[in-house]
Amino acid sequence: MREITALIHKDLMLELRQKYAINGILLYVFSTIFVVQLSFGRVIDDTTWIALFWVILLFAAFNAVSKSFVQESSARRLYYFTLASPVSVIASKMIYNALLMVFLGGLSLGIYSLFMGMPALGMSLFLPAFILGCIGLATAITMVSAIASRTGNNTALTAILGFPVVLPLLLLLIKASQLSLSRSVADIEMLKLLLSITLIDAVVAILAIVLFPYLWRD
Amino acid sequence: MERLDRKKIPVKGLWWKLTGIALVLYSVIAGLLIDVPELPVIHQTIRNLFYHVCMWFGMFVMYGTALVYSIKYLANYKLDDDLYASGAVYTGLFFGTLGLLTGMLWAKFTWGDFWTNDPQLNGAAVSMMAYLAYAVLRSSIDEVSMRARISAVYNIFAFMLLVIFLGVLPRLADSSLHPGKGGNSSTMEGLDMTMRMVFWPAVIGWILIAVWLLTLHVRYRKLKQNIQLNQTQL
Repeated sequence: MREITALIHKDLMLELRQKYAINGILLYVFSTIFVVQLSFGRVIDDTTWIALFWVILLFAAFNAVSKSFVQESSARRLYYFTLASPVSVIASKMIYNALLMVFLGGLSLGIYSLFMGMPALGMSLFLPAFILGCIGLATAITMVSAIASRTGNNTALTAILGFPVVLPLLLLLIKASQLSLSRSVADIEMLKLLLSITLIDAVVAILAIVLFPYLWRD
Repeated sequence: MERLDRKKIPVKGLWWKLTGIALVLYSVIAGLLIDVPELPVIHQTIRNLFYHVCMWFGMFVMYGTALVYSIKYLANYKLDDDLYASGAVYTGLFFGTLGLLTGMLWAKFTWGDFWTNDPQLNGAAVSMMAYLAYAVLRSSIDEVSMRARISAVYNIFAFMLLVIFLGVLPRLADSSLHPGKGGNSSTMEGLDMTMRMVFWPAVIGWILIAVWLLTLHVRYRKLKQNIQLNQTQL
């Protein structure tokens, strides 16, 4: 546990020192939303709003998370290998990226609704789905970027490998958002959706923790 | 790189190959000859059931085999297991492509379009993408044991997510054009006896053919590797 918090702290320090990474992502989010605003005008229908929001968030997630293993050089990896267990390395990366994604997602949601307005979403379904979705995207892409980083730091490969893996989650999230638009949603329906999203999150996290040690050692 | 030992194929013998051929031939001939129930919209195209659905059965058996061999590889790092795992994925991709093609043809003549927005089709597309990504991943790593290990990890990861996707999502969907899902009536349960007598043998036949193709593929690649090895030693 101490190891994990120390590693998260290290990632945070790195992020704060190299501000270009996080600023780049913020600029990406801002400019995409601006382009959307320019091309659609302020008025878009609710389904388009939801689709565009998740597309923006998906690419922000790939940008933000895919660097998490790629930025580490192989010499530094060897250094961590002697210091920490692989389980705490992957756990710390996943927790850190999940926090980063929730932060970035919240910020994107804010900017997006500032520019494009906000449809009347039922917050009791949308907010938990949104937070669980950010966590799920972050953990899945973390694992995929760990795989891609062993292939000669190929960032394009993260997108190729990651897309089929996150698509199930993304479809569930879009479904949950669309459902939250309607006024009369049965509680059981909501619970079923949120449980499925949680299930995917949990499976991704467990698989990552089980499989990561095989990637880590040489 | 050490020489792969030329261990015999796990399933030996000629009888199951002949059974496979016989069953597939039977399903092709009987599938075109038997009387099928007259149903609205699908009419005679229901015969495609004998060919289209079998492709997915073959694909799933291959992907399952790939999963088992990937786990085996991570357990004891034998390169033979990796050969089987990747061979099974490639064979599965072959069957998946055939399943997509037969499905698209069927869709054109019943639903009016080659591709429709349907949870079942999304699942098929995502699984094709995941395994094509697996192929890309393999081709991007040169070192043999590294390639084996990393692609095994990705294979397990992708397979588990696909299982959830294919298991959960169609149940959450409101409607599907495929039978047995959503609000659609299930022709699988309404399948009459004569159709079952063709359908299930066809499934078994195609699975046997898939296994045979896998063993051929693995044997071919082993031979090729040994030839390369001999050339480098000369």
